[in-house]
Amino acid sequence: MKVRVLVSLKAGILDPQGKAVEQGLHGFDFKVEHLRIGRLIEMDIPTYNPDEARAQAQAMCDKLLVNPVMEKATIEVL
Amino acid sequence: MRVAVPVFPGSNCDHDALHACGVVMGWDTYPVWHQETRLPENTDLVFIPGGFSYGDYLRCGAIAALSPIMGDIRRHAENGGLVFGVCNGFQILCEAKMLPGALLRNESLRFIHQQVNIRVERADLPFTSAMKAGRMMKVPIAHAEGNFTLDASELMDLEARGGVAFRYCDAAGQIGETQTPNGAVNGIAGIVNAAGNVLGMMPHPERAVESEMGGMDGLGIFRSLAQSLAVTLAKP
Repeated sequence: MKVRVLVSLKAGILDPQGKAVEQGLHGFDFKVEHLRIGRLIEMDIPTYNPDEARAQAQAMCDKLLVNPVMEKATIEVL
Repeated sequence: MRVAVPVFPGSNCDHDALHACGVVMGWDTYPVWHQETRLPENTDLVFIPGGFSYGDYLRCGAIAALSPIMGDIRRHAENGGLVFGVCNGFQILCEAKMLPGALLRNESLRFIHQQVNIRVERADLPFTSAMKAGRMMKVPIAHAEGNFTLDASELMDLEARGGVAFRYCDAAGQIGETQTPNGAVNGIAGIVNAAGNVLGMMPHPERAVESEMGGMDGLGIFRSLAQSLAVTLAKP
């Protein structure tokens, strides 16, 4: 199954990259605020069971994909 | 005194570490490729050097923390052996959960390379025992991700147990946000684990050990290590 993991910075963790991009957009007169930059990880997990795919992805987040000090993850099974 | 310097693909301060330990201090110093599963026998100190291990992929130090050699480094630390991580070495220790916290992108978003002053907060560690608490050291930093962070309750725990070994300061020893080059919380430049044998810091003391390098303040750490290990090794 195709699985997407969205890794984003936790609330309260400063995102200077997001801030810089937000300021760049302000330069084009876009009205935008609270812009945050994260990371998208896509993968195929060899199972037809969505629960199993989600559990696998969660285990991957716990082991490597996410640093819980600063990041959180959202898992989508497609 | 035997030192192991693990080398990862993308390490680039390994030769600085080897030079400071092997040439300047005259210790038995061995580079150890990250694919090795064992440290040299009777290793006293593991010096995890700076650099861009695995190209900083995923997060700085995240992939290196999974390298085969890390298992034996963890065992070495659990047995009370000394582990010293500088710059990327600090990031690796955090990712390996041998130290708390994480190193975020610098607040300014820029790679910062400059001389900074740091203040010795703990002078009772094997890494600092030849110095006095409150002493200032002038040492270089060179990093893009040195902005140390920790959630509020863990930060309180870290401060309460005296886990902060070094803080950024100005020439007068003052600490504060403006004295902190990278945005690190509480001006933290280096921390130590609860047992006091695993220390990570962003500044590079190994680049301040000869007058040609523009300063020799880093020697304070190497002399402390020499002293404390001489005492340990003399014990039966």
